[in-house]
Parts: sequence; C-alpha cells; structure tokens
Amino acid sequence: MKVFMLGWEFPPFISGGLGTACYGLTKALNQLNIKVTFVLPKKVNTRYATHVNLLTPGSLDHVASFSCEELKNVKFLTISSSLKPYSRPGVSQTRIEETLKEKMTKNGFDLTEQSGGGVDYCGDMYTEVHRYAAIAATLAENEQFDVIHAHDWMTYPAGMAVAKMSGKPLIIHVHSTEFDRSGPNVNQMIYDIERAGMHTADKIIAVSYFTRSIIISRYGISGDKVEVVHNGVERNGNANHNLTSSVIERDEKIVLFLGRITMQKGPEYFLQAAKMVLDVMENVKFVMAGSGDMMHRAIELAAELGIGNKVLFTGFLRGEDVNKIYKMADLFVMPSVSEPFGLVPLEALDNDVPVIISKQSGVSEVLTHALKVDFWDVDEMANKIIAVLKYPPLGLTLRNYGNFEVRKLRWKDSAEKCARIYEESMVAV
Amino acid sequence: MPSVCFYFQLHQPSRLRHYTVFDSNELYFDDSKNAAICKKVANKCYLPANRLMLEIINKYDGKFKIAYSITGTLLEQLQLYAPEVISTFDALARTGCVEFLAETYYHSLSFLYSRNEFVEQVNKHTELIKYLFGQTPKIFRNTELIYNNDLAMLIEAMGRFDAILAEGADHILGYRSPNFVYRPKNCNRLKLLMKNYSLSDDIAFRFSNRGWNQWPLTADKFARWVGNVNGNGNLVNLFMDYETFGEHQWEDTGIFDFMRHLPEEILRHPDNNFKTPSEVVESYQPVGAIDVPHLISWADTERDLSAWLGNAMQSNAIHELYRLEKKIKKTANEKIITDWRKLQTSDHFYYMCTKYFADGDVHKYFNPYDSPYDSYINFMNVLNNLSVRCTKPKIESTPGTHLVHLPKTVLR
Repeated sequence: MKVFMLGWEFPPFISGGLGTACYGLTKALNQLNIKVTFVLPKKVNTRYATHVNLLTPGSLDHVASFSCEELKNVKFLTISSSLKPYSRPGVSQTRIEETLKEKMTKNGFDLTEQSGGGVDYCGDMYTEVHRYAAIAATLAENEQFDVIHAHDWMTYPAGMAVAKMSGKPLIIHVHSTEFDRSGPNVNQMIYDIERAGMHTADKIIAVSYFTRSIIISRYGISGDKVEVVHNGVERNGNANHNLTSSVIERDEKIVLFLGRITMQKGPEYFLQAAKMVLDVMENVKFVMAGSGDMMHRAIELAAELGIGNKVLFTGFLRGEDVNKIYKMADLFVMPSVSEPFGLVPLEALDNDVPVIISKQSGVSEVLTHALKVDFWDVDEMANKIIAVLKYPPLGLTLRNYGNFEVRKLRWKDSAEKCARIYEESMVAV
Repeated sequence: MPSVCFYFQLHQPSRLRHYTVFDSNELYFDDSKNAAICKKVANKCYLPANRLMLEIINKYDGKFKIAYSITGTLLEQLQLYAPEVISTFDALARTGCVEFLAETYYHSLSFLYSRNEFVEQVNKHTELIKYLFGQTPKIFRNTELIYNNDLAMLIEAMGRFDAILAEGADHILGYRSPNFVYRPKNCNRLKLLMKNYSLSDDIAFRFSNRGWNQWPLTADKFARWVGNVNGNGNLVNLFMDYETFGEHQWEDTGIFDFMRHLPEEILRHPDNNFKTPSEVVESYQPVGAIDVPHLISWADTERDLSAWLGNAMQSNAIHELYRLEKKIKKTANEKIITDWRKLQTSDHFYYMCTKYFADGDVHKYFNPYDSPYDSYINFMNVLNNLSVRCTKPKIESTPGTHLVHLPKTVLR
C-alpha cells in the first residue's frame, strides 16, 4: 500500500494541531508498513532537521526530497518556495486574493511568527495553494501510489488535481472547516474549495462526530461518505518528572488557557469565567499562553473586568516552556467555540493536569474523565473551575483516570482505521 | 417443600437540583424532577404491580405472601406526588399477607459512619411504617443489603428485631446454600436470611435477556427450578427491586404475566408455599453460623462497597458529610437536620461512581448527572452551603414543615 499524502504542515513547521496530527498519523502508518510520500509546500530549513536525514534532491531540481530515520516508510517531498511555475491568477481574482490574504493573517495562519522558519506564508495564500496543486500534480507523475490523502483545504485543490491526473481514489481528511475558524463570517473562496474537495473526494475522514455533522449539514455531503477517525496522542510522557518542582509549595493556584488567542478558541469566555472565580476566591492566577489576533482584545478585556493583575499573558510558548507551564498549572481550560478535535487537553492530561473542555469540541467525544461545559455557559465554567480548586479529591480523580484514559488514545488505532478506509476506497474504484 | 420468600425493595432519592458555588439559597432539591420521576415510576411500576399483587393475594386466599421495604424518602414523595400508591399499599397491608421491613429512613450508609444516626434513622422509619400501615417491622434490611457481623450485633442489641437480611454471596457462603436460615456470628437470638441471588437475578436481571440460554423464562420453568431446592433447603429467598416490574423489565416483556402465573405453578406442588420473612423465621431454625467480618452488599459483581466509596471523591464527600453531624444536630433546626439527612441517601454517592463510567455503562437508572464529576461538584456545593447555615444564626421565616411548602416549587 502506497499513499500520496498532501499536507501543509509537519513538525517543526507547525502553527497548530494539523502538523502534530500529520506527524502522529504518518508515524503510525509507517509502523503499519504503509509507504507514504508526504508533499509539503515549502523548502525544508535544515536548521531544524537534526532528526531528519536529508536525501539527495529529487529528480526535479525544484524539489527537495528527504526522509526521517524514524519514519523509514515516509518520504518527504517539499516544494521550493522560490519556484513560480503557476502564473498569478487572473486580474478578476485579485480582489479575492486581497480578502484571502487578510483572512489568513487574521486566522493565525501566519506561520512565520510561530514556526520561525523564515518562510513567508501569509503572502498570497490563494496563489500558494494553486502553485502547490500544480507542483503536486507534476510530482505525482513520477510517483507510484494507490491512494491520495489530503489534509485540510489548502491541499484539496492539489488532491483533486492529482486524482484527476492519476485516476486514483482521493481521501480528504478534515481537521477543521471554515465554520470552525471563522464562525459566521465564512470566506466564500475557502468554503468553495472545501466544498469542491469534499464532493470530489471518494471518502472523507472527519476528526470527530462534531466535524462530521458540520460536513453533512453545512457542505451537503451524504453521511455514508464521511467516516470519523479520532486523533491519537503522542505520549512524550511526563517521564522526566522533576520531583523538586512539584514539591514546592505555592499559595497560588494557576488556571491555564493554552492555544491560539483567536475567536475560535473562546478567550473572552475564559476571562469572563475568571472574573467570576476571582469574585469569590483569592490566590488564583489565570495564565493565557499563546498568541493570536485577539490577544490585544483579551488584554483589554482583562483590564476592563478589573482582573488585569490576575491574568498573565505569556505569548506563544514552545518546547520546554510548555512543559514548565503544565507543571505549574492546577487546571487547564479549553473554552473553544468550535473545536473539530482539540489535542491540547490530551497533552494537559498527559502532563497530569485536569481539564475542563467545551462541549463544542471533538475531544469531548473521546474523553470521559474531563469536566465539560458549553463554551457560552460562563457561570458553569466558573463553578467548575472553583470546584477543582476548592475540592482537591476532584482534581485528583480527574488526573488519575484522565491520564489513564489518554493512554488509550493511540495513533495506531487511527492509522488502522485510515488503512481500512484506503482499502475500501481502492475496492470502490 | 421449599417456602418462597419474596421481598421487594422500593426507593427513590431526593435528587439535588443544579447547585453552583454561586447559589446561596436553601432549596437544594429538584422537586419538579423528583415529582416527575416519582409519578412516572408510580404509573409504570408501583400502581400496576400493587394491583397485581392484590389480585394474586385475593385469588389465592391468603396463600400468596410477600414483603416490602420502602424507604422514608420514597414514602414522603409518594405522599406528595402519588398518594394513590400509599392507599394501595394500605390495602395490601390489610390483607394480612404483606409484611413491611425496617431500614434506614433515608436509605443511608449511616451504619458505616455514625451508629447514633443509624439508630435514629431506623427508629424514624419504623415510626412511619407504623403510622402508615399499622405494622411494627420485625425484620431489618440495611441499605443495599450492606452487612457484616457488627451490623447484626447492633440490630440484635436494638432488641426488637427477629432477623436481618443479607446477600447470599458465594465468597461468604462457600459450600453452603442460601436456602436455609442461619445465625449471624456472635448473635444469640437474631436470625439471618440470605438472598438466593441466582434465582432472584433470573427474574430481576435476566428475565428479558434474549441472549440468555434460558430465555424465555416461564412460570412453570421457574417453579421447576424452585422445586429443585427440595431436599437441599427450606426456603428460597427472592429479594429484588420492585422496579423489576414495569421499569427494569418493561410490561411488554411479559413480567407481569409471569408473576400472575407464578403462584399457581409454585403451589401446584402441595409441599410448596409462600412465607413472609417473619413466618420463615418462625418456621425454621438456624442450621449454622455465618461469619462476615468485612462488609458485603448486593451491588454489582463485586458485592462490596466500591459503588459508593470506591474513589477519592466519594470518600471525601461522605466523610465531610458525617463530619458535620455534631454541628448540624446542635442547631436543633429541623429543616437543617432534614436537609442533612436527605444528603445521606446512598444514591448521591452512587452517582459519583467512576467504576463503569468510561465504558458508557454508568449506573444510569434515573441518574440526573452526565458524569460522576458533575455529581460530586454539585453535592459539595450544597454541603458547603449547609455547613454555612449551621454557623449563622438562623431565623426560620417559612412556617410549617418542609413538606408543606414543597408544592410551591412543584407548581413552577
């Protein structure tokens, strides 16, 4: 079985869950002995490639091909960003591009800030997407594969092009939809790409039932075409538990928000709940770790609510800093307005931090040992935050069972489901 | 010549309303939900089952006998929301073929945490049964058949009981059969009746299970199984929830018809009969002593206390609850004491159980919560408020008892 996989992110080039998910999935597919060719839209910056073994450049001189030692069945193809084989779209589309460009930046697709890779993606997303499609189609000519697997809307045009050219079945994997990212202000161009991709695809993989219902109701897809494959979690584990740090007595409790500070993640609900908590409890700090287009608004809101001194903004955290913040936290809250899956709560549980998650999330389908609230129910969110801080056996029980539950969410199971879907789609074609 | 001894358990808790840390009033209980559930169960189970029992008793002219144990919390709810059920029980009581058992008024775990409170609740329950049905219970059964040697000794010391009931758990009985009367270890007078869980569960749990190789269970087949006890026992103790009729096993499973025909099939053999627990105690002498040093119950497959006290939340909640006892009783405020006692009902702790939660097989029966965590949070918020009420000087502005001003919210 060979898979031609189209992705937009891969560690360390990530802005969110998509890259992490692609990593986990390909790694597990690799272990199932499924050969994956992974096409990335950007040039690899070798500075990050310490665990990556760079191979000789591919047959086309604009393509860099490399493979990971730990992923021996996965071959990476990346497209040099200096290449411009795809002429700029017609003048009529310039207006749309402007909208798109604005949109991309607004929705946190700005990779430069977070990946630090020096690749400017906020430039012209639409052109990028089509340039990627064109090159992917060219690359596909020299590749042998059985199915095409495309992750999220940026790669759908590429997926459709390759499918048309090769006649191989197209599977698209929906990690998020335009409705999750933008709420009611949907970008028509992106929606159209998503819709076209979903209708062209032979099979659709949704990361949750939550997302599946959006695909069915908002994109008019028949339910029997949409399968749910929940994400797994990479257990990097809390093996290097630093005992000394956990023994330190703190008189302050810490409640953590970790994620992009954007409309989708519900930061204002977090702050409103914080206000209610602080009205009845002292010695609580609220930490907002992350950045995004609503960061300034969030800072202002904290000030307006009169809790500015109790809310700390750390900016975007990576690596060791993330582990540190988990060690400090007594509770993690994910108040997302619309979360297709939501890997962060699993990370938090993996780090022994109990979690409160929004019911409007895919992860709430797989976690039972978590507190769940409607994102808009600020009273209940505050009630539950206080309960965890005030009644220690609650946090203890959530932590113990939750940590155990996370171990059962393995990428291996997700990969097996994908493999089954590959096989079914090959039979169908 | 086995005697069939039926005892049915009836109980509903006072479920709590959604109570957040920001709430500060003293209305803890979800009266409308409790009323709705009480009425629903009354219509599906209590009323039709009572009618059936009355019909059978009349038909067999005193040869069919049963026993009930009804908690105080349910009797209070029935008086408020379904008084017609009380009258049918009264009619049953008048037949002389129905015995009422004693238990804790609030279906509590008080035996484990406060012997004083336990005795007070047993007495309060006896008073209510006497008042409603004109009987003084002579047989005791503890909440969820929780039992050990100490409980038996305490019940014997109370002086007015002839016997106590317990689960016929395999690990307690060993090679012995539950189909005899026993004596609790260290007791001189008190007798012990043990549930025949196999035959009881055939009716209570397996009756409608089509995957069971004995399905469908008919009255004559069951009577044959009871007959098999002949020569190896005096009695068959069939202890089960009354909700078996109409709730756990819906009417369309044929459970009512099964029951309607069972007496005929049992009595077909002239040596067989039905006896109430008190008659059993009178008829049979103990064949040996049963030693139960640790606690057992009739719950789940473990037959232990883990359904109520299995995790940190449960044990924290119940310890905090009983820690308040002195403070609560010192207030001498009836309303506060009653609220505290209603919180003792074991169901509140059952809802916090995480045992089967992840498998989706929650202890689901009329469980008002989505998760055990929600139930713990709610309980602790209420308990906190109750604790605060004990310390502040309280002016009772609402006249009368809790029962009187309850309907106000029911009408809402």
